[in-house]
Amino acid sequence: MAYSDKVVDHYNNPRNVGTLDKSAQEVGTGLVGAPECGDVMRLQIRVNPETQVIEEAKFKTFGCGSAIASSSLATEWIKGRTVEDALAIKNTDIVKELSLPPVKIHCSVLAEDAIRAAIGDWKKKNGVAETADTAVAAQ
Amino acid sequence: MSTVLSQVEVPAGVKLPIYMDNHATSPLDPRVLEAMMPFFTSKFGNAASRNHAFGWEAEQAVETAREQIAKLIGATAKEIIFTSGATESNNLAIKGIAEMYRERGNHIITQVTEHKAVLDTCKRLEKYGYRVTYLPVKADGLIDLEDLKRAIDDKTILVTIMAANNEIGVLQPIREIGKICHEKGVLFHTDAVQAVGKVPVNVIADNIDVLSLSGHKIYGPKGVGALYVRRRNPRVQIAAQIDGGGHERGMRSGTLNVPGIVGLGKACEIAYNEMETEAAYLRGLRDSLKAKLESELDYIHVNGSMEHRLPGNLNMSFVYVEGESLLMGINDVAVSSGSACTSATLEPSYVLKALGLGDDVAHSSIRFGLGRFNTQAEVDYVAAKVIDIVKKLRELSPLYEMVKEGIDLTKIEWQAH
Repeated sequence: MAYSDKVVDHYNNPRNVGTLDKSAQEVGTGLVGAPECGDVMRLQIRVNPETQVIEEAKFKTFGCGSAIASSSLATEWIKGRTVEDALAIKNTDIVKELSLPPVKIHCSVLAEDAIRAAIGDWKKKNGVAETADTAVAAQ
Repeated sequence: MSTVLSQVEVPAGVKLPIYMDNHATSPLDPRVLEAMMPFFTSKFGNAASRNHAFGWEAEQAVETAREQIAKLIGATAKEIIFTSGATESNNLAIKGIAEMYRERGNHIITQVTEHKAVLDTCKRLEKYGYRVTYLPVKADGLIDLEDLKRAIDDKTILVTIMAANNEIGVLQPIREIGKICHEKGVLFHTDAVQAVGKVPVNVIADNIDVLSLSGHKIYGPKGVGALYVRRRNPRVQIAAQIDGGGHERGMRSGTLNVPGIVGLGKACEIAYNEMETEAAYLRGLRDSLKAKLESELDYIHVNGSMEHRLPGNLNMSFVYVEGESLLMGINDVAVSSGSACTSATLEPSYVLKALGLGDDVAHSSIRFGLGRFNTQAEVDYVAAKVIDIVKKLRELSPLYEMVKEGIDLTKIEWQAH
């Protein structure tokens, strides 16, 4: 399979790889996917409690090149956004940016799920009302 | 910024990309090409032309090839039927026997890790009223001979079990299988595409009645294969699946692919002369690759029996790293993966699943297929590169981090999607 230049770039130079302390109050963690399906994404955010801006985002992904690229891109996009702005990111935006072929669309869906799950976790920890959006994917 | 880009140095004399996927196909041996060349140009005759020198010349070349093939597998030249390749050979063997022996019975026995050319042929026969038993395999990839004995009944006409598996390279106990079949009066067909020319196969000693082989797996050309059909004890009859001019004793009509057949013959002759030395050489390369990987990486394991295995095969799972992402990192090395992401169906390898491996382990597998033209320097480079990329991808893998922290991954409620 031929990969787009952007997927190759994110695969070769993944952005924001790492781990945040998941017990910290201001950190939200989303773990989505399943090993049997061949992809697992963990996306973490550190949110400024005053401004609700995502000041730091980290990921680790087990998956194909497109899954790695989708999560890498997701961390790039959510950094500096408010939590509510970050929820506006759609998987179709990721598909477009990375020129993902139809068989790889599930990678972008997983990245969107990971964002929602991380934000949902943060909201739960900090007593912020769940929106319908995050309630679904939070864990 | 972290990076997955590899900085492994390319040793002197190694040209990229490296081909290490010899179970998929193998490069044509220059000696084979040389033998074939005249039959594309001046020696273009039809082997079925009985009344002029062009035809005689072609026929003579075909008969020489038949003898070269027969010699490699311990058969006689008259028992070799030329086909377009092993898929056709398997179809002809299974469908041809099913049709010919329909009055005697309708039961066929095979096993779950066969090539699709066998499995899908059997599935089609099920639609036509045949009964097929698919034997399971043990964790090492081999069938249990007791399962086979139990499966044979008075309606069984054919047992078809491969000699060597194309993914994990394991060698089925064909000699014992053939013996059981002969004791019970059942025909034994083996898809020996991966085994012929790599390990000793002898149709008499191994009790084989029908055998499929192919040119391009043994450094011969694509588009040509053969079917061995036993003529004595017992004399096997096969109903033709392609009708026409009655070539190949009526079993396979169609003008013979003379250059291809000459190439297949030459490839078999080379294999006959060099197999022993080559097997030792490939086993050395394979074991060196395995040892290097095992010395540097944790959580890796070999899929299938190491003891009963083709010399050039290594199928390994690099757990917590997904196969396609690994292939992407070693893109100057041609190997293949059992990962779903590399298949059209998004299902991981059915062969690895049959061994009882979880989907997650199947997703992490790489098949290295070493061949005649691989070198130790190439193996050194491939090992270094795989080690480098696996380490980098594990830095990226949440699963590897969790396992290292002592988390039991099986206790997590994953959200399958």
